[in-house]
Amino acid sequence: MTQQQHLDQTLPEQPDPSRVLRTASLPQWLVWALAGAALLLALILTLAGLHVALAVVISYLVFLAAWTAISITRLGRRKGINNLWTAIVVGAFLLALLPLISVLFTVITKGVQGIMIPGFFGSDMVGVTGLQDQAAARGDAPIIGGIQHALVGTLMITLVATIISVPIGLLTSIYLVEYSSKGVFSRAITFLVDVMTGIPSIVAGLFAAAMMMGFYQATGQSIQKATMGLTAAIALSVLMIPVVVRTTEEMLRVVPNELREASYALGVRKWRTIMQVVIPTAISGIASGVTLAIARVAGETAPILVTAGVAVQTNWNPFQNWMMTLPVFIYRQLTHPTAPSQPGPSELRAWGAALVLILIVMALNGIARFIAWKFAPKKSGR
Amino acid sequence: MSTRIDARNVDVYYGDFHAVEGVSLVMEPRTVTAFIGPSGCGKTTFLRTINRMHEVIPGAYATGEILINDQNIYATGVDPVDVRTMVGMVFQRPNPFPTMSIKDNVLAGYKLNGKKLSASQADDIVEKALRGANLWTEVKDRLGLPGSGLSGGQQQRLCIARAIAVEPDVLLMDEPCSALDPISTLAIEDLIHELKETFTIVIVTHNMQQATRVSDKTGFFNIQGVGLPGHLVEFDTTEKIFSNPRDEATERYVSGQFG
Repeated sequence: MTQQQHLDQTLPEQPDPSRVLRTASLPQWLVWALAGAALLLALILTLAGLHVALAVVISYLVFLAAWTAISITRLGRRKGINNLWTAIVVGAFLLALLPLISVLFTVITKGVQGIMIPGFFGSDMVGVTGLQDQAAARGDAPIIGGIQHALVGTLMITLVATIISVPIGLLTSIYLVEYSSKGVFSRAITFLVDVMTGIPSIVAGLFAAAMMMGFYQATGQSIQKATMGLTAAIALSVLMIPVVVRTTEEMLRVVPNELREASYALGVRKWRTIMQVVIPTAISGIASGVTLAIARVAGETAPILVTAGVAVQTNWNPFQNWMMTLPVFIYRQLTHPTAPSQPGPSELRAWGAALVLILIVMALNGIARFIAWKFAPKKSGR
Repeated sequence: MSTRIDARNVDVYYGDFHAVEGVSLVMEPRTVTAFIGPSGCGKTTFLRTINRMHEVIPGAYATGEILINDQNIYATGVDPVDVRTMVGMVFQRPNPFPTMSIKDNVLAGYKLNGKKLSASQADDIVEKALRGANLWTEVKDRLGLPGSGLSGGQQQRLCIARAIAVEPDVLLMDEPCSALDPISTLAIEDLIHELKETFTIVIVTHNMQQATRVSDKTGFFNIQGVGLPGHLVEFDTTEKIFSNPRDEATERYVSGQFG
């Protein structure tokens, strides 16, 4: 645009297009109308005999083409391509959401029937035989049996695992952040913690089982005794400790050095500074990290199967006898139904247990967020 | 209480790096001593050696002697924690403890050390320290609220209250006003005038007007070049330093010709 041309422009009805701020736009409803049309197309294609997944993919591509074509012609190339990518990103998001919704839907619809079984939370599997399940499947008798033993087992094993791993993890990260001089020793710890993070859970289970069996063998006792809740808790600790170390380390590192210096300058000793300034400042992050670590190991199956065995009776004592947990209960009910010829009641119990497990994990996540919010340093007091 | 600080031939090192070289000076009781000089010349480093705070940084150490009340704080067997109860410090950026209320921040020196205080003792200490820091009237109705909710200037005075609550003999201030607006700066400077009746005050500042306003004596630090240690060029009464300095570099610095 030259100066001369610019001056020649006298008519306000013909403004220079490069100087106009307000440009063409598409109506808001258009994208929804197109999406609706695409859904309709998918429905028609499905009714016409196409597989539903193929129909959805085809109509999504049609939607993309139509939306991009309209955008480019009406809005220009840059905005058209922007709209194309927006549609692709949203499509990817919906695709990623699909399995989650599907899992939740299945577990809730099937699980609700499971937890409606009378005495589902109050009874264990003692005395539940194949004959009863067969009768229940025929409709001659009510379904009996429940997950009390598995709930108790999950609770006790996770609790013991937490008691073992939180102090170890916390002290390790305090050493790493507050005391180590970033030398060979602390780098070795960091490296080993990283290695531990990658240990497959079944290996952790085998390690704990072998360790406890070795202990009982060395003391001249029966290695059968090694199969108990404590062994499972040790296996879970192996999985939990690196998570606790990592999250706590991150949280301690973000505590500003100025607070430590302020404390030292008041003549406060190092351990008191750590206990009363550093940890309280980081406690919300530490607590939510620990809760998430608990949620993570509460769903472990393999390490528990090889360490605590499978049980049908409720056992509150993690130091003696076999214990059941919810994931193992689900696995057991599906692979070894109580009545092999009529797996229906067992499947129902498994879905019920799955729903309970998901609810527990979700509750733990909720607790973690609550803790993070509750203990977070107060930002304002004006 | 009269506390005299006598630094004799102090050298400070960060590992292999020689940060401050051969500082010797005497800070008299109930005076304000200001350290001025360009950035990186070792003012703050030297200030931190007076309460052994430099040792917080791994690898840092000092040689020479610093005598407080005729006791060498670097003598063998001296616990740096005991030195710091005697020599309080205020930092460049206000750093109240975010997890504590205003009241608990003032009492932090007692509470963090696990000292038990009766409720009336605690109230007395809080009121005395906050009055001492000219903050009492502003916060007396909200002592239970978090200290981080105060304005920057109030936070810095809260930090001063926290430092004087434990009744140290010496108060070190590391650019206490550099993060504050002029009004808050004035409030802190007024406060320094009042505090010098009780404490021996050492202040590092980049603001030369501030040094003339608050200090009795001024030390000018300078550095010969990158990687070389900082050293004390000149130490004299503030009046002399700013009107008729002995050293040419000091004159050029205080008249704004470099730095």
